[in-house]
Amino acid sequence: MSNSKFSRRGVLKTGMVASAGLALPQYLRADSHAGFTNAPGDSEVILGFNVPQTGPYADEGADELRAYELAVEHLNGGGDGGMLGTFSSKALDGTGILGREVKYVTGDTQTKSDAARASARSMIEKDGAVMITGGSSSGVAVAVQALCQEAGVIFMAGLTHSNDTTGKDKRANGFRHFFNSYMSGAALAPVLAANYGTNRKAYHLTADYNWGYTTEEAVKSSTEAMGWETVNAVKTPLTQTDFSSYIAPVLNSGADVLVLNHYGGNMVNSLTNAVQFGLREAQANGQNFEIVVPLYSRLMAKGAGANVKGIFGSTNWHWSLQDAGSQAFVRSFGTKYGFPPSQAAHTTYVQTLLYADAVTRAGSFNPCAVVEALEDFEFDGLGNGPTLYRGADHQCFKDVLVVKGKENPENEFDLLEIVEVTPVDQVTYAPDHPQFAGGALGTCNPGA
Amino acid sequence: MLGLEKKDFRLLLIVIGLTMLAPFILNPFPEGSEMAQFNAGYPDLMQRFVIFGIFAIGFNILFGLTGYLSFGHAAFLGAGSYAAVWMFKLLSMNVLPAIALSVLIAGLFSLIIGYVSLRRSGIYFSILTLAFAQMSFALAYSVLTPITGGETGLQLALDDPRIFGASQTATGNIPVPALFGLEMRASYEFSIGNWLFTFNAGYYLAAIFLIGSFYLAIRIFRSPFGMMLRAIKSNQTRMSYTGLNARPYTLAAFVISGMYAGLAGGLMASMDPLAGAERMQWTASGEVVLMTILGGAGTLIGPVLGAGMIKYFENIFSKINDTILHGWFAFLPDGLENFVVAIIHPFIGKGWHLTLGLVFMLVVIFLPGGLVQGGQKIAAMFQRKKPEDAKSKATEPAE
Repeated sequence: MSNSKFSRRGVLKTGMVASAGLALPQYLRADSHAGFTNAPGDSEVILGFNVPQTGPYADEGADELRAYELAVEHLNGGGDGGMLGTFSSKALDGTGILGREVKYVTGDTQTKSDAARASARSMIEKDGAVMITGGSSSGVAVAVQALCQEAGVIFMAGLTHSNDTTGKDKRANGFRHFFNSYMSGAALAPVLAANYGTNRKAYHLTADYNWGYTTEEAVKSSTEAMGWETVNAVKTPLTQTDFSSYIAPVLNSGADVLVLNHYGGNMVNSLTNAVQFGLREAQANGQNFEIVVPLYSRLMAKGAGANVKGIFGSTNWHWSLQDAGSQAFVRSFGTKYGFPPSQAAHTTYVQTLLYADAVTRAGSFNPCAVVEALEDFEFDGLGNGPTLYRGADHQCFKDVLVVKGKENPENEFDLLEIVEVTPVDQVTYAPDHPQFAGGALGTCNPGA
Repeated sequence: MLGLEKKDFRLLLIVIGLTMLAPFILNPFPEGSEMAQFNAGYPDLMQRFVIFGIFAIGFNILFGLTGYLSFGHAAFLGAGSYAAVWMFKLLSMNVLPAIALSVLIAGLFSLIIGYVSLRRSGIYFSILTLAFAQMSFALAYSVLTPITGGETGLQLALDDPRIFGASQTATGNIPVPALFGLEMRASYEFSIGNWLFTFNAGYYLAAIFLIGSFYLAIRIFRSPFGMMLRAIKSNQTRMSYTGLNARPYTLAAFVISGMYAGLAGGLMASMDPLAGAERMQWTASGEVVLMTILGGAGTLIGPVLGAGMIKYFENIFSKINDTILHGWFAFLPDGLENFVVAIIHPFIGKGWHLTLGLVFMLVVIFLPGGLVQGGQKIAAMFQRKKPEDAKSKATEPAE
């Protein structure tokens, strides 16, 4: 049944309409705003909290969301003010940001780049969010950071530990408070040397994705610099749940230290397997066999239970810190939710405060003004001691905690003890360090 | 008109009308009202509606017509996305060459996978395609990191060696995908009273592709080739006894639907120039199966409706949180308010999967023909005289 009627006139007509249609959009540009994307109105400002609510990092995501709600409460003058009282910058006064009440929207990243970007785009396009923050995976952080750069809003990264976030994938509109793989390696190495000696042979099991690679590289280069030898580095699939087949060859490999470059559920499973295989009691090369976990979190320690006892690792922050900022934060978080915050909660809370403070000091929500206010900003009182937001790569430089699984935990939250606070100088690196090379910050983008 | 029967042409007009007026249809509630939460008329979601619509239409050509259930279609979508992003990185920021290459690459990729997988049918075929897709995902996620960007996904950089066009804009940013200078993210906002409607360039480009794809799908459904595919679905053994070799037909259908998936992938990358490996994961393949079944497998418009429904749930329901609920039910007394919120809580926010699952179960149990069947039932209630007219729209096995 075909009765197509293409007449010469019809084709010409359609062609004219089509070309007019193609020419028209040149006039349609969304430049009607106040110089930058989603300029807030006079009464309220909207922030976008994009966290994993489903998927492998849902626990971290839930804790991040709690911290965000707490931060918004404090910014709007509710609660006990938390770290507002201890923060070295006194620009924030509990009347919102620049006199505007802080409202927020939430979204689910599902720990997938695509879903995270969709969620962030809907916050920007539909809800008019002027800043996006959150995430519990480096892949998501990098993807959302690039999106925010493109759209012209600020991105305050949540829990992301890969070097790439402020290394090869850094962006002018993105900022990271959390520490990174390099810092973990640099902080851990001296502690490991002091406890386990410099004559060690390490075997790495590495989660087979971006974060795993940068962590393996960081730990390898810092331990090798002290004299350790790397026997082997094996990549394990991210979706692996049983690591027996990866652990079995370790004992006969001649290694005497196992480094688990795993995070979240991966680490819980691989560590449990390693302990079941009796690695903790084993002897190799005349020394006790040891296990190291470069990136620790309380939620992971909880999952691994008694297996974490005595195992070294690094962390960004821990609730047992005794400085005024940490105590104020733990107190207000504990009062509101009934348990201490995780490091994910801490970094997202701090990021929200830092953003609000930068806007207030800049006197504008314009992303370029915020970038200027945050770059090379030095502050204190937010739980990590004196901290610098370096302008060259938008990475925070602060002390790093080396922790170890507590032998006799007093309660279900008291799982890690701080072994050493590695001073910031020891973990500082040049912006063009080989582990961070490639990629450029570019210039800030205020959007439409 | 256009070689279509009257009824099909009407359907095409409906689709054209729906897509062109989508900014109005999807934004029924005024800005700032409580119900604005349910507005879906913002560029990202509208783009997703039509792009996944294209994906589902293509999937339906394979599944709806031949009955071959591919569980690995997301691999072609992913391959298309990677191809498009590489075009942006190396050739130019114009979307047309990127989309063309993504269709081509997905076509080639599906030819290879289809050639192997189609040696089996039924569950074995499904498992084979699933295995290939998971293999592609695993490769993209780790082994092929230099090509695919691994976990972080493939994205544009400031130092891309672009042959046509600059690698940076004058202000030092990465240029955005455009169609001869018309940026895909450019939008024109139009407001009447409190209503705000957004007309987005990228959306309209994708919508035009959707209409084209839909038209092509109608032609395939009504062609002798489409008849052949239906014959394969109803009784392949009988077909081979009559001396017909079914494999070229199934392979053609597989490649066509793979190219549709590639087109969807290319469009996705054009709207948002990043390609992630998750796009190839089995959950993404499963999603398109759900879309097709939810909307009505084997029907023309069903997959588009199913795609819209799933994306709506994913993007709108997942963003409702407890604070919003408390806002809605603030008029109730305190105890009752908390009770109502506690009841609804599991179904919103992170619970959107649960809500979608319930809807899916209801549809499968009460409307096995999908949303299209629901529409027909409603239509039949209003015009009792001609029930057979409604029936002829549904797919019938060609026994």
